[in-house]
Amino acid sequence: MERKHIAYFSILLIGILFIMRLFYLQVIATKYKPSPFNNSAIAVKYDYPERGFIYDRNNILLVANQPSYDIMVIPRDVRPLDTLEFCSLLKISKEQFIKEYKRAEKYSPRIPSVFLAQLSKSNYAYLQEKMHKFKGFYIQKRSLREYPINSAANVLGYIGEVNNELIKKNSYYQQGELIGINGVEKKYEEALRGVKGVKFIQRNRFNKEIGPYKNGSYDTLATIGKDITLSLDIELQQYGEALMANKRGGIVAIEPSTGEILSLVSMPNYNPNLLVGRERSKNYTKMHYDEFNQPLLDRSLKAQYPPGSPFKIINALIGLQEQVILPESSFYCYGGFKYGRSVKAFMKCHCGVYGSPIKLDRGIYNSCNAYFANTYKRIIEKYPTSAEGMKKWSDHVKSFGLGNFLNNDLSSGNRGLVPDDAYYNRFYPNFKWGASTTISNSIGQGEVLTTPIQLANMTAAIANRGFYFTPHIIKKIDNKSIQIDVFTKPKKTTIDPKHFEPIVEGLFNVFEKGTARGSRVKGIEICGKTGTAENFTSVNGNRVQFTDHSIFIAFAPKDDPKIAIAVFVENGYWGARWAGPIATLMIEKYLNGDTNRPWLEQRMFEGSLQDEYDKQLLIQQQLAQKED
Amino acid sequence: MRKRKTNIFAGIDWILVLFYIVLVFFGWVNIYSTTVGQNDTSIFDFSTLAGKHLQKMIFGFALIIIILSIDSKFYERFAGIIYITTLVLLVGLFIFGSNINGATSWYNFGGISLQPSEFAKAGTVLALANFINDPVKDLSNLKSQLNAFLIVLLPAILIVLQPDAGSALIYFSLLVVLYREGLPAYYLVISFMAIILFILTLYVGFTVSLLIIYAILTLFFVYIINFKKFPFKREWYKIAALYFFIGLFVFSVDYVYNNVFEQRHRDRFSILLGKTTDTKGIGYNTHQSMLTIGSGGLTGKGFLEGDRTQGNFVPEQHTDYIFSTVGEEWGFLGSSAVIIIFVAFLLRLIQMAERQKSTFSRVFGYSTAAIFFFHFMINIGMVIGLLPTIGIPLPFFSYGGSSLWGFTILLFIFIRLDADRTYEW
Repeated sequence: MERKHIAYFSILLIGILFIMRLFYLQVIATKYKPSPFNNSAIAVKYDYPERGFIYDRNNILLVANQPSYDIMVIPRDVRPLDTLEFCSLLKISKEQFIKEYKRAEKYSPRIPSVFLAQLSKSNYAYLQEKMHKFKGFYIQKRSLREYPINSAANVLGYIGEVNNELIKKNSYYQQGELIGINGVEKKYEEALRGVKGVKFIQRNRFNKEIGPYKNGSYDTLATIGKDITLSLDIELQQYGEALMANKRGGIVAIEPSTGEILSLVSMPNYNPNLLVGRERSKNYTKMHYDEFNQPLLDRSLKAQYPPGSPFKIINALIGLQEQVILPESSFYCYGGFKYGRSVKAFMKCHCGVYGSPIKLDRGIYNSCNAYFANTYKRIIEKYPTSAEGMKKWSDHVKSFGLGNFLNNDLSSGNRGLVPDDAYYNRFYPNFKWGASTTISNSIGQGEVLTTPIQLANMTAAIANRGFYFTPHIIKKIDNKSIQIDVFTKPKKTTIDPKHFEPIVEGLFNVFEKGTARGSRVKGIEICGKTGTAENFTSVNGNRVQFTDHSIFIAFAPKDDPKIAIAVFVENGYWGARWAGPIATLMIEKYLNGDTNRPWLEQRMFEGSLQDEYDKQLLIQQQLAQKED
Repeated sequence: MRKRKTNIFAGIDWILVLFYIVLVFFGWVNIYSTTVGQNDTSIFDFSTLAGKHLQKMIFGFALIIIILSIDSKFYERFAGIIYITTLVLLVGLFIFGSNINGATSWYNFGGISLQPSEFAKAGTVLALANFINDPVKDLSNLKSQLNAFLIVLLPAILIVLQPDAGSALIYFSLLVVLYREGLPAYYLVISFMAIILFILTLYVGFTVSLLIIYAILTLFFVYIINFKKFPFKREWYKIAALYFFIGLFVFSVDYVYNNVFEQRHRDRFSILLGKTTDTKGIGYNTHQSMLTIGSGGLTGKGFLEGDRTQGNFVPEQHTDYIFSTVGEEWGFLGSSAVIIIFVAFLLRLIQMAERQKSTFSRVFGYSTAAIFFFHFMINIGMVIGLLPTIGIPLPFFSYGGSSLWGFTILLFIFIRLDADRTYEW
């Protein structure tokens, strides 16, 4: 009968094995133990700390907090209530009540969700006393932002409710909580938000709160958010925004010795107070769909334009470095530059110096296209193949921070474009391309694309005579200067410092003798370059040309520069007409604290290019319709 | 001539009936907690799953009366026909059955769903018992062995084809019954070693596993030859064959695992063997189940107070994972108690099977015990994380008419047979 004993034995064995396993799972193993988060007899209450304030470099308050109150609901705790009274207190309809309740129930019967967001302050006071009548509902205090100064919305960003995707990814956040969505608010979210506190409260069978769970031993205190100080100079920023009124474009001003961003203007912009609280959604949608103005677009970071004449400087520097030109080298300009054999292969030039030899200095301050076309051609053709030459050229250009993201702490950006040999090989697979094909690059008009911040950074590199710091907006966190290597270690360009001197002289002469004569400022030695970029837009696959853009880059003072600036005005005709004066006014304001040219200031404040923009839009629409 | 019984309840083993009632009732209590929970509905609301299960329990009681009323001889006489009928029902699935969740396992007619594989268990047991009962058949000769295997394998294969490999697994429990009835031990030993090899190969892979086995075998033979002076010289080809077949087996395991098993099967094994941890995807069920059980602690959270159960954290909680509710709400004490009751139930079954005078009843009893045991072992093993996810119900606890009735029929036919054990056939 031994066989039957095996049966008894196996059954007992399995039974014991199971009981042992159960013992392990239920009594021993701690990771399966009940925790207050898992226990339905315990209410979890969060204590949200004050979000950190944001200051500018001179400790002027840019962003502060104001309290806001949400009504939260835990559906399964809700007991029959006087809905009529509740609805009239909240000023909502019965249908809305049912709709919101159903939504919360569908989300989860146990987890709190937002029933009604952001009560008005007056409403809160009155409601707070009566909340005990409505079981399952409670008021959650939160902080909304407050912007004492109507400026720099594109830099500061805004906060809003965290979305479900993020909640799944990051377990810190719960439904209804606020998180930085854009700008500095987003990049420095962890520093600003602090850490929320948790309180566990015991509940009895009837769901009545009877006191702290385990004497508060699981509770954690909130950690207040850290204040941050930006490198921004808000007075300069506001000044820039005023100068750019009724015009579109961007201004980026950097302190060359540190890479700190002094000013980041993008126009048109919006009042940051519009994206606060209950109105935020509505206002955001309105601005989002405003295709003509696009106030939410940060042009200083994202708008990609051909840089135009300022780019000539880079070609000059590369030319000197590659030793294809010397400061004494000269070229002739006969109203332009012939770059190919056909009659059409002629690049016009308006420098006005016809027939006399033009050296580097004059080439810069009169902005002669022919000079730089020659220089560029020599660079590309220095090497046995165009591909090699292009690669060399491209590497030089990229060392100025162009053609790629700057990897800084601003929440958006664009790469720009710096073509190289691979690019042209793709573009012209069956065509032997060379300097002539790409000659427009010499005057910043070809395939090269830059964003205003890239131009400003490039200007800072020139101001420093050969290196730059990644432009960044943060100066201090929690009153301590930042220690981030990426921002504090300089990045060298591939051009020797000695080559920068003749260039800087040339840039200085732009004001003394050249295209920006009319924008001189007494007492400050400014170095700069005007730029006029052609404005092409594609309508139904055709390239249509509109009014040129006005560009200007500058730094001052010439020796020991304190500010490097890039200004870009869409449809501004030519560099010295709008961008130049604005740039010099900004410089004057920053260095002297005030300007000595109130009439110029006034002209900039009042100047409007709205007609130009309307004209362009009209033509674009007409062309689009014609094709249909 | 035997006297006709007037009382269908005479001779019934009330202990077993008590076990049945306790298990079914407690099972229903847990189904109630899982499906209705804290919602404010009446206990007897028939539109809830708990209410539906109550209806099925009541119908089950009706079934009991019917089964007990039928003469024991009937079961023996009609064993073959019943078996064939269940096979037909299984085959018919491929024509008339509905495809749910990728498997054709159910008939759906007019609001009633039936799962033939649950009833096939009783049919197969009847046929097997009938077969072994025949004194001519002797399980030590090959022909009988093959016949017996066929009876068990036919329904198993039909179920695997649905596909529902989990339910088919149960039929291998009948191998143990065959052993009890005289099947040579080596079948069992080989099966057991095959399982070990199977797991080993999955864990360390084809080559390592083969190396280990060969090493062990070689050491074994060297030891035997040198120390026990066992003359293997004439038998060397048998040893070579052994090596060959083991190699073949290991290879086929590896092959089947990688080429026949689907990814989800492989994943389940990986998680079980600890090769990967995936608590969000394939391993989700098991992980949630263990968390739910673990959170019960020593005494459990109380009836209807298990927030993981109420929060619907464990998938399939009212069917395959019903035991996790027991764990969470009744704690270690409660869930151990259920284990103990099941163990006692099984031991009682075996004891009763041993005391049968007729081979038919004895085999039936053993088979019933084996089937219940396998369900119990695999289901609870899965729920507490010792076995991979294999979808089979926990007898009397899992929600569902077909499984409840299938088990009820199996059990009460045996109770009927046992009640008549004092009668000479």
